[in-house]
Amino acid sequence: MADLRINLAGIESPNPFWLASAPPTNSGYQVQRAFEAGWGGAVWKTLGDPILNVSSRFAAVSFNGQQVAGFNNIELITDRPLEVNLKEIYETKKKFPNHAIIASLMVEPKQEKWHEIVKRVEDVGVDGFELNFGCPHGMAERGMGSASGQVPALVEKQTAWAKEVATKPVIVKLTPNITDITVTAEAAVQGCADAISMINTINSLAGVDLNTWNTIPHVAGKGAHGGYCGPAVKPIALNMVGECARNKHINVPISGIGGISSWQDAAEFLLMGATGVQVCTAAMHHGFSIVEDMIDGLNNYLDEKGLKSVMDLVGRTVPKYSDWGNLDLNYKIVADINNEVCINCNKCHIACEDTSHQCIERYTDHDTGKPMLKVREEDCVGCNLCSIVCPVDGAITMKELPQTLPSMTWNERQALHHAFAKNK
Amino acid sequence: MKELSSLERNFDEAYSGLTPYAALEEANRCLFCYDAPCIQACPTSINVPSFIKKIASGNLKGSAKVILDANPVGASCARVCPTEELCEGACVLNHAEKPIKIGDLQRHATDWAMVNDIELFESAPNNGKKIAIIGSGPAGLSAARELRRFGYAVTMYEAEEKAGGLNQYGIVSFRLPQHIVQWEVEQVKKLGVDIKTNHRVGDNISVEELINNYDRILLAVGMNTVPMLGIEGETLNGVYDAIDFVKSTKRTITNDLIGKSVAVIGAGNTAIDAATCSVRLGAAQVQIIYRRTINEMTAYPFEYDFAKQEGVEFRWLSLPKRIIGDEEGNVIGLECVKMELGEEVDGKAKLHEVKDSNYIMQVDAVIRAIGQTRHQALIEQFGLKHNSGIVEVDPITLQTSNPKIFACGDVIYGNGYGDATVVSAAQQGKDCANIIHQQFNNISEIA
Repeated sequence: MADLRINLAGIESPNPFWLASAPPTNSGYQVQRAFEAGWGGAVWKTLGDPILNVSSRFAAVSFNGQQVAGFNNIELITDRPLEVNLKEIYETKKKFPNHAIIASLMVEPKQEKWHEIVKRVEDVGVDGFELNFGCPHGMAERGMGSASGQVPALVEKQTAWAKEVATKPVIVKLTPNITDITVTAEAAVQGCADAISMINTINSLAGVDLNTWNTIPHVAGKGAHGGYCGPAVKPIALNMVGECARNKHINVPISGIGGISSWQDAAEFLLMGATGVQVCTAAMHHGFSIVEDMIDGLNNYLDEKGLKSVMDLVGRTVPKYSDWGNLDLNYKIVADINNEVCINCNKCHIACEDTSHQCIERYTDHDTGKPMLKVREEDCVGCNLCSIVCPVDGAITMKELPQTLPSMTWNERQALHHAFAKNK
Repeated sequence: MKELSSLERNFDEAYSGLTPYAALEEANRCLFCYDAPCIQACPTSINVPSFIKKIASGNLKGSAKVILDANPVGASCARVCPTEELCEGACVLNHAEKPIKIGDLQRHATDWAMVNDIELFESAPNNGKKIAIIGSGPAGLSAARELRRFGYAVTMYEAEEKAGGLNQYGIVSFRLPQHIVQWEVEQVKKLGVDIKTNHRVGDNISVEELINNYDRILLAVGMNTVPMLGIEGETLNGVYDAIDFVKSTKRTITNDLIGKSVAVIGAGNTAIDAATCSVRLGAAQVQIIYRRTINEMTAYPFEYDFAKQEGVEFRWLSLPKRIIGDEEGNVIGLECVKMELGEEVDGKAKLHEVKDSNYIMQVDAVIRAIGQTRHQALIEQFGLKHNSGIVEVDPITLQTSNPKIFACGDVIYGNGYGDATVVSAAQQGKDCANIIHQQFNNISEIA
């Protein structure tokens, strides 16, 4: 049994699995159920001036029969009075003193507003704050959420205001609806954030109803963009976490968010530099009990890797993440088809033939008359497409070819060119 | 009266098909293979991955069209095809887990077309040529539809009251309901095919009239009655021809067999149908009597499994010797002799009777299901060359010894040619239509 406890900028929790600030953490009843199910922490649904919500709020994207590949919402921050939330936070913390409760906050970008809410919330015993600079819909139209999260100066200023009064750690939650997330992450660090969390949801429209031509979802026939999350956004989130983790100016812990549905997803975020993770869509799809396998699977994985603590995973892949210009141009892999395992669906053949480099040939085995496939290695560029479309494990492996030339990256190559040109 | 209606319910379709959820899930499991082996394994070459992807995308109209374009009796075939020998047997997922339920998905799409009463095909403007088709089973229907799509005037002659042939009369309703067959007949009619039922060629219309009035004739009369066993007692009350027996359930469900003991002679497709039919008619005991073993049985494994589930018993290596009747002429028993397999001759084990092994079974009915005879008299009226009633055809053009007369379906099945499946008959019907059209086109090109 590995030690699953984490310490994220001073916030301790029994495991790295927190519920993200969202519908699952709307009330004391829900957060307490989550803690009973095994969640290590919860970021309470964003506190602020109670808002009015609309009816019809969520929509999901299915892909080839797989439900909730992506999830879209137009719900706003809490619609419950602040006093009610504070009372429930107090009661929950009393019942679960070892679990992390982080209060998500969103107010107008005014110093006194931030001071007031931070003080009031800290009084009920939260373990930390998460400043919601990410919510892309509704609140943004009122100058809050992602509207302020897209302006680095506002991120820095508001973080500083919160920090002026907070004694507990302050996490800044960033929006992905921006060209370069490291810019706002740096602004948060400049504002003295103790940690950053990412990603909030991505501007989205889930779909259009082909019968009514209404948007999905729609409110009385009218739609507005929402925020996208769920498994489909994981690669986007993972990159943003990685970009921040490898940036030397962003030297605060990261709470990873975005499409995490399993212990594997969580482990990937930790390897990519996150100290803990936050989950929402997977819990909304299946209920709080999904955390059981997240904990169990992560534990078994750590044991298998011989790691004593989950913190030993954090950031291990970060040094391996770089820019394209630092990739070795002389490294070569090619596809290798195992005809013993192959079931002859020919998906690799047609994928390569129609859309890649035309190097997988079909032929019939002389002796057995069986249909076979082979790779013309000299034409294979090692793109992986065949192995991606192959439905059978072990039928196609990408094998490394012995390197005949010394390693040479694009950047090194360009540097040599420049040096050569100068010397001429 | 109440008992009868519950018997009637026994003849409702046994399997209710995939739910929309299951169909979608199954469709999404399809790999969409390139050059898919399921297409090659289908005698009518249905583009299986195409119709399955259309189910997955919610394009059920397109899906049904892909199926029925390749196979005019695709709704029937979805129910009666030996899919494990054909498309599903070829599915690459056999090597990974389990094959896609292609037959069930085909049924899902064609059921949709049926329920929504969608017209998928159009006939071409009349091209002035007239074709007569004799027999309205799967081969005839398939040819008729294709010929109408080419613009031929098509008249079908059907001896029975309803069109559909084997599909209508020869396959039990709980596997292939009559309304499915009649829907397929209706689709052909809607294209303008004139189907003359209750018209037995030779009786209601002469062979000469046909030859003189039509540009081409297509013989698709299938097979005839079950031959006699050639043993004592075959004329007793309670001895049935399996084909007639199954056909009788299409008109009325009687309670004649309730509580009775039934022996079915033979172990082919029709024997299974007759046996399961007997079970559903209320028989207390149904036994299939076969002189060889399970290994030589011509019924498909899925048919055998179905019969076993229905409670049919199998008596292998038993040869009927005599049907025993009482003084009123009713069947009361069947005498059999035990058989044993001897040395192999031409790959087939020789059968021997075991000496002094005769035994008598108490039965109330005996059903003959040992194959079918041919429509030899009709074939001879047309003056066609044949081999024991199997019409000789050019294997490429399906032309008989009279080049104006083509033949397809069970009427040419046998002597190592073709197989007796509905789907093969459908393909041959298509082939005939194509060849006839090609030949006319070639002639006009020459002219």
